[in-house]
Amino acid sequence: MMERYDIHRSIPAILLALLVAATIFYAFVEVGFGEAKVDEEGSVSNRFISNSTQETGSSNFVTAVVVNYRGFDTLGEVTVLFLASAGMGAIVSALPAGDKRKRPIPPSLILTAGTRLVLPLIILFGSYVFVHGHLSPGGGFQGGVIIASGLLLYLVIFPEWKAPHKALALSESLAGLSFAGIGIIGLAVGGIFLDNVISGLGEAGMLVSAGLIPLIYIAIGIKVGAEMTGLVARMKGGDA
Amino acid sequence: MMEELFIALWVIMSILAIAMAIHAVLSRDLIKATILMAGVSLIASFLFVLLRAPDVAMAEASIGSALTAIILVLAIRNTKRFEEGGGEK
Amino acid sequence: MEVTELVVYGSILLLAAVGIWGILSRRNLIKLILSLTILQTAVNLLLVSVGYISGRSAPIVNGDTGLDGSPIGEIVDPLPQALVLTAIVIGLATTAIALIVAVGYYRSTGTLELKSWSYGPSNEKEVKK
Repeated sequence: MMERYDIHRSIPAILLALLVAATIFYAFVEVGFGEAKVDEEGSVSNRFISNSTQETGSSNFVTAVVVNYRGFDTLGEVTVLFLASAGMGAIVSALPAGDKRKRPIPPSLILTAGTRLVLPLIILFGSYVFVHGHLSPGGGFQGGVIIASGLLLYLVIFPEWKAPHKALALSESLAGLSFAGIGIIGLAVGGIFLDNVISGLGEAGMLVSAGLIPLIYIAIGIKVGAEMTGLVARMKGGDA
Repeated sequence: MMEELFIALWVIMSILAIAMAIHAVLSRDLIKATILMAGVSLIASFLFVLLRAPDVAMAEASIGSALTAIILVLAIRNTKRFEEGGGEK
Repeated sequence: MEVTELVVYGSILLLAAVGIWGILSRRNLIKLILSLTILQTAVNLLLVSVGYISGRSAPIVNGDTGLDGSPIGEIVDPLPQALVLTAIVIGLATTAIALIVAVGYYRSTGTLELKSWSYGPSNEKEVKK
């Protein structure tokens, strides 16, 4: 199989790729690996590390940066996800029909029973990951994708199950609206869009802490879960 | 001691990842290439843990090796499994 | 140049070189997208490795200390990790769009190969309309 490739025609490509890699390597040797670059006064990371626990109440610095300091950027990111999902729907509806000869193989009893057993646990774990995004590794994106992978298991095991695109669109719209609504609350109370107005609430390290960060991450988790499920269901159907 | 462990784990895992990536690019069977790409993503998520980035490791493990692989397999199911070219298959 | 630097950046950039080689030399659309995914993984690894500081713990605190009991300032740089988290999620969206366009190309031409764009003598079979 692989030895049938005529390697000699890809030698220019290999040489070009190695040249690009060597150039980037030469640049990155100057940057250095493992050095304490954040300790300089006035660097952005130093500002985040010194003040983030007092300002946001979040134990996870990555969550503090993603949801609080760069919250507007994250709003743009979920907008890009929404556009990708909607764009896929538009492209799929314009595609010429494919051949329908491929019949799915019916699943065995072990697969169906195991899926029904495992699916609630996967959804519970995904919810745990995005509710505890400010305390432990993980967050809205990871938890949403875990939930989506559980629903995809269901979609693969039961081929005749159609993904409920209307319900998915509704939950994703409501989650996106609540994200923007939380931003507007910050604008109305604190004067800054997505301002964390109740950051002092609760005790740092407990579940109820970090102000609006868990609420935003719950909205992101629901939105990402619904969007990813819709994306893959469209790819599966090819004509959904 | 920690540095030696870091370098040893890094060398083993990155050699594995590069070998899998080369095999994925060379293989004519697209399903096989997709599985190898998911393996590269899984090793990359291990390397993220070595770099002390647990958040990124979780995202890479769930998105890179689960969702991207599923999307690629479904796209291959809608098209063709084998790459055309010189030989049979 | 230290050996750690050489090993880490060298291996990551070799992985990136494999991705670039795949993009340049393969003509199958799905294989192109797959090579792009490998290149993306390598670039994400490169960005996170710039923020690594040897001997420090993950950017999560447990009360007043880090996860392994170190002082609160002793953590790696959280900023590249946050940016890469964004990049991974966006990468999935772009991959999905590219794949559905590839499926559309297959449905309208009956092939996934980009024959007319390639170099070399194997241009014998025209893309059938």
